[in-house]
Amino acid sequence: MNLADSKKKLALAGVVCGLVAACLAYFGNPANMAFCIACFVRDMAGSLGMHQAEAVQYARPEIIGLVCGAFIISIATKEYRSVAGSSPLIRFVLGIVIMIGSLVFLGCPLRMVIRMSAGDLNAWVALIGFILGVSTGAFALKKGFSLGRSHETNQASGAVLPIIMVGILILALCTSLLKASTAGPGSMHAPIILSLIGGLVFGAFAQKSRMCFAGSIRDVVLMKNFDLLTVIGGLFVVMLIFNLAMGKFVVGFDTPGVIAHSEFIWNILGMYAVGFAAVLAGGCPLRQLILAGQGSSDAAVTVLGLFFGAALCHNLGLAASGTAMNAETQQIVPGAVPMNGKVACVICIVVCFVIAFTNKRETAKK
Amino acid sequence: MKEVDARGLSCPEPLMMTAEALKNADGPIKVLVSEAHQKTNVEKFAKDRGKKATTTEKGSEFEIVIE
Repeated sequence: MNLADSKKKLALAGVVCGLVAACLAYFGNPANMAFCIACFVRDMAGSLGMHQAEAVQYARPEIIGLVCGAFIISIATKEYRSVAGSSPLIRFVLGIVIMIGSLVFLGCPLRMVIRMSAGDLNAWVALIGFILGVSTGAFALKKGFSLGRSHETNQASGAVLPIIMVGILILALCTSLLKASTAGPGSMHAPIILSLIGGLVFGAFAQKSRMCFAGSIRDVVLMKNFDLLTVIGGLFVVMLIFNLAMGKFVVGFDTPGVIAHSEFIWNILGMYAVGFAAVLAGGCPLRQLILAGQGSSDAAVTVLGLFFGAALCHNLGLAASGTAMNAETQQIVPGAVPMNGKVACVICIVVCFVIAFTNKRETAKK
Repeated sequence: MKEVDARGLSCPEPLMMTAEALKNADGPIKVLVSEAHQKTNVEKFAKDRGKKATTTEKGSEFEIVIE
């Protein structure tokens, strides 16, 4: 079965993934976080004790399901290839950049689309930054940017991340070793079995449809190709209908219940860094998890970068805070990006430029 | 025949290299890729431009002739 050969099938894959996200939001995942890759990797880093932010610690079965879903479907359809060797440490750094940018904005590109579908205007503002970031990455590609070739490696190497994910699932289910939030977003989740099945289905469809949030806009910018954008369109429409039906569609900034902030410039710059780094890494955070599942150790190193970035964000106070109601005073406290986060975000963008214009295809070894 | 070796490269490099080669080539070109999704992308790219793409599997990699 090939889901990537027609726009209809691609839109269908987007719809299925949208339904999964909507279901999980309905059954308990945090309001319009639904299936945010950056948030969930951050929660998972917390569950492993990589950071101590008590409100965001939970071994999200969605992430485990995504990687394993892509792993299983790629084995079943003979697309599994264990590869490695395309500038792994640069990819690690790009993973860190993607996570820091995401936590300055408060969401990965997937959550940006989900927030857009809920009428959150801050996400629409961030989209400007994301498109600019992707376009800068596309410009670098036109100028000959490349991280070089990957090569086939031992079959087992590509299976390491899926196996680690299964290991984390077993630890979460059978032991009390991992941390789990008792309050805050980390404590809000759909039943484990639903989250896991949702992740597996999402992972399988994302693998077959090549769903990628950075790739969709990159393809439009670079080659006027709208195929991948159709997948995102399908997901957006389903989430829009879900939000309208549930009365969660509220147009505005600072919508109560949406973990977001209204610092426009940092919403734009955060997503600029994410879009730029994602194009350089060959895909958005979701796509990195999927590629890691189908055997790419390079993508797996990017995923490790995401985990490392999440730890940095919360240990060094880089992550933005969301606008929230103070329960005692009943006053709305506006969310903000801390100074450390602003400095980190600017450094991330500089790092992207350095990587983009120092890695050329011509100089890469054949 | 002009050959494009895009094996092991990340998206969208194989497509960009194919596009570049097609622009400068008179006759058919041969594109080598290693991942299934890149094979599909190159085939679709050729089809969208009214060209014929013939793919053969070479071990775990793919050879696509576009004419």
